[in-house]
Amino acid sequence: MSNASSDNLRQPTGLEWRQLALWRGDRCLQKNLNGHLQAGHAITLRGPNGCGKTTLIRTLCGLTEPEYGEVLWNGTAVRLQRAELHAQLAYAGHRAGLKDELTPRENLHFAARLSGSDDNDLAEIISALQLQGCADLPVAHLSAGQKRRVTLARVLSSGKPLWLMDEPFTHLDQAGREWLSERFNQHLRANGMLLLAAHQDTGLEAHRERVLELQGGEP
Amino acid sequence: MPSVAYGRQLDAIFVLSMWNWFFKLGSPPHFYRIATRLEPWLMGGALVLLVIGAYGGLAMAPPDYLQGDGFRIIYVHVPSAFLSMFAYSVMAVASAIGLIWRMKLAFCVAAASAPAGAAFTFLALCTGAIWGEPIWGTWWAWDPRLTAELVLLFLFLGYMLLRQAMPETRQADRASGILAVVGVVNLPIIHYSVEWWNSIHQGPSLMKLETPSIDGDMLWPLLVMIVAYQLLFIGILFTSIRTQILLRERNTRWISDLLS
Amino acid sequence: MSIFFAVIKHDLAMAFRRWSDLAMPLVFFVIVCTLFPLALGQDKELLQAVGPGAIWVAALLATLLSLNTLFREDFDDGSLEQLALSEHPLSVLLLGKTAAHWLVAEVPLVLLAPLLALGFDIPAAGREALLLTLLIGTPTLSLLGSVGAALTAGLRRASGLLAVLILPLSVPVLIFGARSADLAARGQSIEGPLLLLGGITVLALTLTPFATAAAVRVTLD
Repeated sequence: MSNASSDNLRQPTGLEWRQLALWRGDRCLQKNLNGHLQAGHAITLRGPNGCGKTTLIRTLCGLTEPEYGEVLWNGTAVRLQRAELHAQLAYAGHRAGLKDELTPRENLHFAARLSGSDDNDLAEIISALQLQGCADLPVAHLSAGQKRRVTLARVLSSGKPLWLMDEPFTHLDQAGREWLSERFNQHLRANGMLLLAAHQDTGLEAHRERVLELQGGEP
Repeated sequence: MPSVAYGRQLDAIFVLSMWNWFFKLGSPPHFYRIATRLEPWLMGGALVLLVIGAYGGLAMAPPDYLQGDGFRIIYVHVPSAFLSMFAYSVMAVASAIGLIWRMKLAFCVAAASAPAGAAFTFLALCTGAIWGEPIWGTWWAWDPRLTAELVLLFLFLGYMLLRQAMPETRQADRASGILAVVGVVNLPIIHYSVEWWNSIHQGPSLMKLETPSIDGDMLWPLLVMIVAYQLLFIGILFTSIRTQILLRERNTRWISDLLS
Repeated sequence: MSIFFAVIKHDLAMAFRRWSDLAMPLVFFVIVCTLFPLALGQDKELLQAVGPGAIWVAALLATLLSLNTLFREDFDDGSLEQLALSEHPLSVLLLGKTAAHWLVAEVPLVLLAPLLALGFDIPAAGREALLLTLLIGTPTLSLLGSVGAALTAGLRRASGLLAVLILPLSVPVLIFGARSADLAARGQSIEGPLLLLGGITVLALTLTPFATAAAVRVTLD
């Protein structure tokens, strides 16, 4: 055990962040955040609204620049190697990232092109998420839950090791949540990484999940 | 070996964060103090030179053989036109520095030089029009230099409006910085295109600013005025940079120490 | 490179599903071109003189109109952040989007311009030059516009702002484009200004994608 941890110290892998300070406009949301997400593990962000969960996720994937501090991917600052991180991550934020005019199938096909993954298992993921009925309808006609599942399908079929998801369980019914938890667990067992913000119980295997409780957040 | 690399990495991060710390926290108070100390000297120097230049230009320089006393407006027009370009360059260079090195003070400089630059541009346009009226018989003759100056005013206004529209300072800094850099690349092209646009109408311009040989008595007040305007601009720049610093750092300890 | 074409294909597919967006700038362009003779009168010589300039200004305004939607929707629905998180260079992806914009919004307008030039009684040489200058010049308008659209994508009520940012930067293209179309209509050679216009387009093509990518990252921050 000690051997493994010293190995980790020498060759840092995964996503790491040091002394992050997050600001929104004039307000400091969080400061001195440190953390490390390793293969096979998940970090769940919890905290009241406005405490910076979304900002932290966006900072970690390189969309938002931290006011202070550094995000590292496999030991190197993300600022210096953005493409390396982006080649390994899939992100689903509040905004679905779907085009209303296109069908889920077309949306997922384009997403696969963007992420450089092949879309061979697209049919499989579509049926697993019970999207067969609406896979060829324009996204504009889909319900909120269906849109959410298309967004999930994009991440789940991306083949990327690092998943960053902002409130993935919203708009899902009980069965959908359980199914998603199971997919997350599979991903972790396959040495994937998961960072998510969630209000609900995530249903992840306890020894793989770490909860990061963020304080503060008055509106 | 990886441990050495990792150590070096940590060093690099440490140095980088030291730089960050230096730029973000160390620099503004430092600059604020220097600017506060220098400002009276700059403004005083500008005032003295303005008086000397104005006396030289308005009283000592001989009247122009073609334009009579009308030419004397160049003692305002030329320095402000020069400063308008200078202010845009300062804005663009500061923006580039800010974008590349994430330096807050550079963005303060860029944001501060836009209104001053726009004011000088406006002054150059007004004096140019007033100068043109007796010479061309019209307030606005689409002289290429003045036209380019007008486009420059639009660029300044666009920069300021973009800053105004952005709710967050950090975003406004970087967005307007990109615009300034794009603008400065475009500026020579605008100048050239306007020159070309003018040349297809009337060949070489009849009334250019540089007369082939300018009398020494006319020239030295002009040079004094340019230096005076330059000092004035830097003085104004320092004042508004200090305002920018106060605005941005209003929640920090050193500002409350300073004000108490 | 293949991702560049994939982006174009994707954007074209969307544009054709929503053809009203496609037609709107074109209809606007035609209407503005019609307004000039209505405002100026039927004097043939006058119309001939202002024609190339009027058509160029109308094309510039129509471009602005279509640029408003270039990144706005992508920003709102989150596809812009997906582009920014792709491992492909963002500048290439955005250049693909800009190219799609040019194909959808500018090319029809360029093709229509010689037809509208008939209304201004512009001779054949001038119509040809108009087509040529618009063909060479409009990519620069799209490219410069993409920088402005990227800067303003996150701002509500930014349509006026986009115009203020982009129009001054478009001055050289307008001058070289409109003036050389006019010169050609008067029977003069326009090789020089055409080369300059081409040079500006090449410069814009090499530099603006980076500015657009930087602007998108700022907008998403």
